Amino acid sequence: MIRLEKRPNASKAWSYSTPLLAVLLTMIFGGLLFAALGKDPIAAIRTIFYDPLLGQHAFFYRPQLLVKAAPLILIAIGLSLGFRAGIWNIGAEGQYIIGALCGAGVGLAFYPTESFIIFPLMVLAGALGGWAWAMIPAVLKTRFGTNEILVSLMLVYVAENLLRGMAVGLMKNPEGFGFPGSRNLAQYPSATSWISQNAGLHWGVAFALIAVIFAYILLTRHMLGFNIRLAGQAPRAARFSGVNPTRLVLFCLGTSGALAGLAGLFEVSGPAGQITTDFNVGYGFTAIIVAFLGRLHPVGILLAGLLMALTYIGGEIAQSQLQLPAAAIQLFQGMLLFFLLAVDLLTNYRIRLKQGAAA
Amino acid sequence: MKKRTLLKGAVAALALAAAPALAQDKTKVGFVYVGPVGDGGWTYEHDQGRKAVEAEFGDAVETVYVENVPEGPDAERVITQMALDGADLIFTTSFGYMDPTINVAAKFPDVKFEHATGYKTAPNVSVYSARFYEGRAVQGTIAGHMTESNVIGYIGSVPIPEVVRGINSAYIHAKKVNPDVQFKIVWVYEWFNPAKEADAAKVLIEQGADVILQHTDSTAPLAAAAEAGNVIGFGQASDMAEYKDGPRVSSIIDNWAPYYIARTKAVMDGTWESTNTWDGIGPGMVGIGEITDKVPAEVKAEAEALQASIASGEYHPFTGPIKKQDGSDWLAEGETADDGTLAGMNFYVEGLEGEIPQ
Repeated sequence: MIRLEKRPNASKAWSYSTPLLAVLLTMIFGGLLFAALGKDPIAAIRTIFYDPLLGQHAFFYRPQLLVKAAPLILIAIGLSLGFRAGIWNIGAEGQYIIGALCGAGVGLAFYPTESFIIFPLMVLAGALGGWAWAMIPAVLKTRFGTNEILVSLMLVYVAENLLRGMAVGLMKNPEGFGFPGSRNLAQYPSATSWISQNAGLHWGVAFALIAVIFAYILLTRHMLGFNIRLAGQAPRAARFSGVNPTRLVLFCLGTSGALAGLAGLFEVSGPAGQITTDFNVGYGFTAIIVAFLGRLHPVGILLAGLLMALTYIGGEIAQSQLQLPAAAIQLFQGMLLFFLLAVDLLTNYRIRLKQGAAA
Repeated sequence: MKKRTLLKGAVAALALAAAPALAQDKTKVGFVYVGPVGDGGWTYEHDQGRKAVEAEFGDAVETVYVENVPEGPDAERVITQMALDGADLIFTTSFGYMDPTINVAAKFPDVKFEHATGYKTAPNVSVYSARFYEGRAVQGTIAGHMTESNVIGYIGSVPIPEVVRGINSAYIHAKKVNPDVQFKIVWVYEWFNPAKEADAAKVLIEQGADVILQHTDSTAPLAAAAEAGNVIGFGQASDMAEYKDGPRVSSIIDNWAPYYIARTKAVMDGTWESTNTWDGIGPGMVGIGEITDKVPAEVKAEAEALQASIASGEYHPFTGPIKKQDGSDWLAEGETADDGTLAGMNFYVEGLEGEIPQ
């Protein structure tokens, strides 16, 4: 009989190796799925994981990896701080939208003036917008004890409606023949976040790397980081040691909101270029997966974000080259999280083989 | 300028990578879809067009497609990837692919692009769309006759001129046969979202609508109409024939196959040129699905007569006198709308309630 036994301490070795094991399992079962669909599993897996990195057209895909991963990493870093402390911001998608709206609003207000000051102002507005949107659930939680999961999630839908109102109304391109969507910020030199489009470099990529470093220092070297971890692992101990829960909630939600807002701003002024009715494509939600896939650890999130981007881009190549259905690719990505959570068990539990002792 | 040389280098590299494609003898045609091929509506019909291209040219062509591509940066990547993989002709089949298509086309001057429902062209980018408003005129006529509550519900997708045109055309013709008719319009801001479309249909039915018109791509509104009982609807983009025994009384069918075959042929023959195509019922790009027996024979005959007169060019769905919603004159007696005004139509005609979201 197989029995699960709780480990006295979470296994470090397993904690590091489970993500790899999950990726391997996903490859195996994903391969089986592709085989069942009548596709060559080896070719499919190679197309997804190898071609974007080292294949024939890798010179195009590698920069795209950065473009796709940057918003995921930036948002996930912010979320991970709160998740560690048991503060659940599920509404990063909304903060991402509001950040983009505020930032784009500043940029569009200056159009067509050219000045070096415009982009920094947009960055500031983007961060503030995301922060303010996250402050709503934060203040409601600290003042009235509402549930931040529900409030932040509901605010995503409010933000989506605001986005639509802006795309067809206030921010609509006056030269767009009545079609919804703002002017293209990527074609407005003072407002674009692109550094080099061909290298896949925009300021969001730079900020994502900076956020990883700052989060790492915060969590390992700073008292605040210690308090965050303490509040998550031992809430009672945290209270006794004088951690102020109100300040912690405000800090965690505010930071994750600001980072999500930044991600939105960099996206709207670079890769997306404009505010459109469907500007948001779910980065705020995917980032939750990235945060957990990365073990809520800054470096882990960096790697997880890149891995997630790889499955997106590789998945698209597999779709167009092997004609795999989009749903199969989504299933494949879902498997990744499923297997991660499943093998996670091994971090906290040990499997014991035992003779079935009769009572 | 350093930045510019860098760009040039990258473009050269991209062009170089695409070069081997020219050596192939098969013509490769790519399709980018906004929804799943099984949506039963918009994307489904584009995919039928793709299959028709394969059937027409057999081994001489290779077609590829990517479905569920969000409008925005993801689209740009998918289109680039198709061009890199050696596509000779790429159809991008949603309005939101406009800027991405133009951006990618600039990097691949030897690849031909065709963008559906947009307005930006380039030497290697054509645009094409169908005069769906012609079908809406037929639909409005049937709807005006069929409604008993005199309330017709309309599910709007994204408030772009194409959709506004459809609402105006349906309203004008419903009003013509039933002066008491009233339109209720709900916007869902998406092309394909079965859950939202169903909710919108339910809201409209609750507000008394017994005819539902939709400009969204899924069959969800028809399913909602079936559930409500004595409510009728129309197939959108595709025939949606599976609801024939239920609420569906007719449909507007997009028929892209002839266009896709002609454009593929042009690329094969080397005669492809950047064009702006806008075809309707006459050339067969817009079809009217079978009108079922739920519709009284005389109404059916009237609808079919209207369809025939539009097809022959005898009648234009926007023929004056028509006033704008604010009461100002638009078309004088006997005057017909010009394509320029129609292409950018951003106003309701007189009698419609509510405002176009902006």
